[in-house]
Amino acid sequence: MPDRTVRLQVNRTECVGHGVCAELLPELVSLDEWGYPVIAEASPQARLARYARRAITACPALALRLSARG
Amino acid sequence: MSSRAGSALAAGDTTPVPGEPGLPRLVVAAGRERSDVAALEPGLDLVAHLRRHGQPRFRGAALIEHVQAAGLTGRGGAAFPVARKLSAVAAQGGSPVAVANGAEGEPASSKDAALLWFSPHLVLDGLQLAADAVGARTAYLYVHAASDAKGGPDLPWHLRAALAQREAAGIDRVPVALVEAPPRFLAGEETALVSRISGGAARPADKEYRVFQRGVGGQPTLVQNVETLAHMALIARHGATWFRTVGTRDEPGSMLCTVRESDGHARVLEAALGTPLPRLLRLGDDVQAVLVGGYHGGWLSLPDARRLALCNADLRPAGTIVGAGVVVALPAAYCGLAETASVARSLALESAGQCGPCFNGLPAIAAALADLARPRPAGPAIADLRRWAGLVTGRGACHHPDGTVRFVASALTVFANEVAEHARGRCTATCGGLFLPVTAAPTTESDWR
Amino acid sequence: MGITSSTALWYASRATGVVALVLLTGVIVLGILVNRRGRLPGLPRFATASLHRNMSLLAVAFLAVHVLTAIADPYVTIGIAAAVVPFTAAYKAFWVGLGAVSLDLIVALIVTSLARARIGRRAWRAVHWLAYASWPIALFHSIGSSNDLRTGGLLALAVLCAAAVVGAFGWRVASAATAPGLAKRAARALGETDNRQLGSVHDGGRAGVEQRLTGAGVR
Repeated sequence: MPDRTVRLQVNRTECVGHGVCAELLPELVSLDEWGYPVIAEASPQARLARYARRAITACPALALRLSARG
Repeated sequence: MSSRAGSALAAGDTTPVPGEPGLPRLVVAAGRERSDVAALEPGLDLVAHLRRHGQPRFRGAALIEHVQAAGLTGRGGAAFPVARKLSAVAAQGGSPVAVANGAEGEPASSKDAALLWFSPHLVLDGLQLAADAVGARTAYLYVHAASDAKGGPDLPWHLRAALAQREAAGIDRVPVALVEAPPRFLAGEETALVSRISGGAARPADKEYRVFQRGVGGQPTLVQNVETLAHMALIARHGATWFRTVGTRDEPGSMLCTVRESDGHARVLEAALGTPLPRLLRLGDDVQAVLVGGYHGGWLSLPDARRLALCNADLRPAGTIVGAGVVVALPAAYCGLAETASVARSLALESAGQCGPCFNGLPAIAAALADLARPRPAGPAIADLRRWAGLVTGRGACHHPDGTVRFVASALTVFANEVAEHARGRCTATCGGLFLPVTAAPTTESDWR
Repeated sequence: MGITSSTALWYASRATGVVALVLLTGVIVLGILVNRRGRLPGLPRFATASLHRNMSLLAVAFLAVHVLTAIADPYVTIGIAAAVVPFTAAYKAFWVGLGAVSLDLIVALIVTSLARARIGRRAWRAVHWLAYASWPIALFHSIGSSNDLRTGGLLALAVLCAAAVVGAFGWRVASAATAPGLAKRAARALGETDNRQLGSVHDGGRAGVEQRLTGAGVR
């Protein structure tokens, strides 16, 4: 059992609302009325890890990251 | 309580709240009647300062212990435990940096300016002690640039003189550089501060690391409000037990407050935490509501304000916070919704424009409030407001959207009657104009530097 | 035999060069589309970025063949070094040199993009701006190195590519310039309200006071 939970986080100042993350990871990411990501509080389940990584590399603004919840 | 003429700074003779023993601590004035800044002595006399306060007795780890026992929390608005912050920075290693944050940002607050004007050496003592405690070899003093925005005195000039005195006397171990901040609401936010000191714009950043881990120059950075440092400088001399002789058990000590009465006069005074609000300012029947905690704080109804005290224990359940000690009595003659709309507009324009939810949501909220502020409002503004409030909270790099939402939400509660009146095409206000001060909006990039 | 294989290599080099130029045109246009958050009709958003990336890798493949066949071809004296060190070829030093410059830039673009997560946003962005330089240089290289693009169908193709890049770039510059800053955007949302108007509504506090707040536009 890992000590720290891992969360998908967005750098709010770099994010410009491309919306690629919401397409690639709809289980965790939806878009608000202005096109910016709303990320669910939950940590990505193991089965979603691959898709989370893909969403992170696919973001054109490099605004997504996985952070250990401190 | 006597009323005084002049700006908040003029009356920053920091009167003690009547009947409160042990105050004032931070600004010990010469005990004369005064009515304008020119008559007051700016606190530049280093010799008098040392004679009055003596030398610090506790330093380094011993000081951190006293600060811990004293229960000192930050006086910049967030009320974070100071000892915990000092220990956290010290534990990082590297070459820490210490910053005294005097950029209060709030148009309605002048307590930091008053403190820096009248007791600069107490603040600078605190900065040296804090730097020593965390092992810093570089220090900064961060204040708003001299401007006529608030009609205040030239602080940078004044502080450079104070620093020069200390350098001549050789009492500072760590060199202090003064950095000027633009007159922005967000300039004092800790990541904005780091950005400005590093040569950039005073805009918040969204980083993986907190500034106590990596700040100025990538080094662990201690950021403390100037008033917090002044308290620290006194604790270093008089100890934790002394500090706790005023205030409450959970919120010990005193705090500088900027108080604006219903007649429009503002002054800075020092009060013990836990002081009942009616002892800070006159809450007569001509007062409609009381704003506590500034523009990221919240409104209180008059009955609530009359029974609550200046402490988070009372204020949080009532929907506001102590914040940076701003207390404003709104006269009944003004429209609470118009005031809220005006401030919300200003807060929207003070957004750094970096985070989508903030720079989209805050103008939308402000526009909806402007709608509500007109008698016979047009659309379903309240429903929209609630939705946007939920959408922006926690979704910015800093707490600007969160604070704005707290302020707006409290207005909808406290001025619910006004909302109903406006829906019927009426307004309870009897005079035009606006009561709360707002700053001019930034228009160019240079307004952020 | 020597002439036949040389001719085959020469044709291969020229053909792959043309294809690479067309692909690079597509890469630039798609890159601008991604930057402006635009969409290709019928495709999801991630497809625009994905297509941009894949097309650039395909362009590199064609470039590799283009460069290798040119080196291998005995008819023109272009050594391996000349392919990457600009202006050192024996054959048409200047025009081939432009090709080397463009190739160097494209290699830098590809390498930094593949290592994007590791080098960080700022470094990646700084290098990526060079894309705008790499394309015109590639075009001039194409025009000067052989006569292919100067007549007929290939001339038309070259003009089309140039028009696409110039048009896309122009669109990017124009839309960035007209994007409203925060102050304007907020002012628009606030319906040009200003504080004085908020206060003045309450003269006398009676109903029916004339409002002069324009455009209630809540969004």
